[in-house]
Amino acid sequence: MMPPDFLAAWLNKNDIFTAMTIMEYWDGAVTTVQLVFLSLIIGLVCAVPLAILRTVRNPFISGPVWLYTYLFRGTPLLIQLYIIYYGVAQIPGIQETFWWEIFREPFYPALLAFTLNTCAYTTEIIRGAIISTPHGEIEAAKAYGMNWFMRMRRIVLPSAARRAVQAYSNEVIFMLHSSAIASVVTIVDLTGAARNIYSRFYAPFDAFIFVALCYMVLTFILVFAFRKLENHLLRHQRPVGS
Amino acid sequence: MFDLKGYGPALLNGAVVTIELAFLSLALALALGLIGAAAKLSNSRIAVGAATAYTTLIRGVPDLVMMLLFYYGGQVAVNMLSDYAWEAYEIDFFFQFDPFISGVVTIGLIFGAYMTETFRGAFLAVETGQIEAARAYGFSSWHTFRRVMVPQMLRHALPGIGNNWQVLLKTTALVSIIGLTDMVRVAEEAAKAERMPFHFFIPVAFVYLALTAGSELFIKWLDKRANAGVIQEN
Repeated sequence: MMPPDFLAAWLNKNDIFTAMTIMEYWDGAVTTVQLVFLSLIIGLVCAVPLAILRTVRNPFISGPVWLYTYLFRGTPLLIQLYIIYYGVAQIPGIQETFWWEIFREPFYPALLAFTLNTCAYTTEIIRGAIISTPHGEIEAAKAYGMNWFMRMRRIVLPSAARRAVQAYSNEVIFMLHSSAIASVVTIVDLTGAARNIYSRFYAPFDAFIFVALCYMVLTFILVFAFRKLENHLLRHQRPVGS
Repeated sequence: MFDLKGYGPALLNGAVVTIELAFLSLALALALGLIGAAAKLSNSRIAVGAATAYTTLIRGVPDLVMMLLFYYGGQVAVNMLSDYAWEAYEIDFFFQFDPFISGVVTIGLIFGAYMTETFRGAFLAVETGQIEAARAYGFSSWHTFRRVMVPQMLRHALPGIGNNWQVLLKTTALVSIIGLTDMVRVAEEAAKAERMPFHFFIPVAFVYLALTAGSELFIKWLDKRANAGVIQEN
C-alpha cells in the first residue's frame, strides 16, 4: 500500500524524522519502559507485605506503614525525585563507598524515587482490597482449619488481587505518565529524547506530538493488557453461556 | 525556626504562585468538566464524539509532555499567527506565552478531562424522576440543567472533585520545569546554590503535605454539608 501523496511529500521534505532521531526516540522508549517496568515490579513486590502490615491492628506496626504511604502520596513525585537525586550525593561518606558508583548515574536515583512512590500507592490499593474481603471467606477458611499464613496465601490475597486489579491498572498508567519527569534529571527517556530533538530543530510540534503519540500507544497497550488480565481473573463471575 | 539562608520570602512568594496556579487551573477544569459532561450526555453525535476524543487523548498523554507542547508549541503558534496577521492585515500584535498561562491551560485541560468523567457519573446518579418532574413543570432543557441537574449532581460529584483536586495540587509542581518560579523552582535553585537539598526540599514537601491534608479536611466538611438532607443507607 502506498502512503497518501501529502504524507509522502511531507516525509520527503522533512529533516527531523531521520533514522538518527527515530533511533533516539527508540532508545528513549527503551529507557522509559525499563524505568517504569522495574519500578512497578519492585514496588508491587514490596507493596504486598507492606499492605498486610498496614492491616495489622497493632498501631506500632501499621503506623509506620501509614506514615510512609501518607508522606509519599501527599507530596509531588517531582519533589521526591529532587530530594533523592540531589540528596544522595550529600550523604556523608557515600562518595567513598561502592553505592556512589551506582547512584552517580541519574537512572538509579530516579528508579528509587519511582519505586518508593508507586509502592506507596500500591500499598494503599492492596490494603483497600484486603480489608474489603468478605467475612464469610475468612470464616470458611478458618473453619477448614487453615492457619493465618495459608489463609493469606490461598484466600485473602487471591481474592484481594481480583478487587485490586482495576485500581492497579490506573496506577500503572499513572506511573507511565509520571515517568516523563525523569527527563528533568538528565535521563534521556522518551520525553528526554523529545526535548533534545526540540532544542536541536526548534520544532515543538514535531517533537512533542510524536512523543505524545508514542506514550498513547504505550498507554493503550497497557489498557488492553489489563483488560485481558481482568477478564482472566474475573472469568468465574461471567454469566453462564457467555 | 530554621534558617532558610535568605530564601524565605522567595519561597513564600513561590507558595503563593503555586496556590494561584492550582485554583485557576481548578476553575478551568471545572468549567471544562461541566461542558464535557454535558456534551457526553447530549443527543448530538458530534458533541459525544468530540468529548470522547478529548478525554481519551488527554488520558493517553503524560502531563509533562502536554505542558512542554503547550509552552514551546504555544509560542511558535502565536508567532506564526502574528506573522500571518502582519502580512495579511498589517495588524501588529505580540503575545508572550508565559509559563504561568501555559501551566493553567495545560493543567486545566488535563483535569477537565478527569472532571468530565466525574461529572458524567454524577449526572447519571441524579434520579430520572427529578428530570421528569422538571419537564412536567414546563422547565426548558437549559433550565432543567441549571436548576435541577447541577445542584443535585454536585453532591455525587464532590468525592471525585476532591480526589482530582488532590492530584491537581501535586501536578502544579511540574510547572517549575517550564520555568515558573513557584516554590519548587525556588527550592531547586536554593538547593543547588547552597548545596543543601534536604534543607530546602523538605520544607516544600511539607507545604504540599499541609495543602493536601488541609483540603482533605475541607472536602470532608463540604461532603458532610452537601449530604446533610440525605438519609444515609447503612
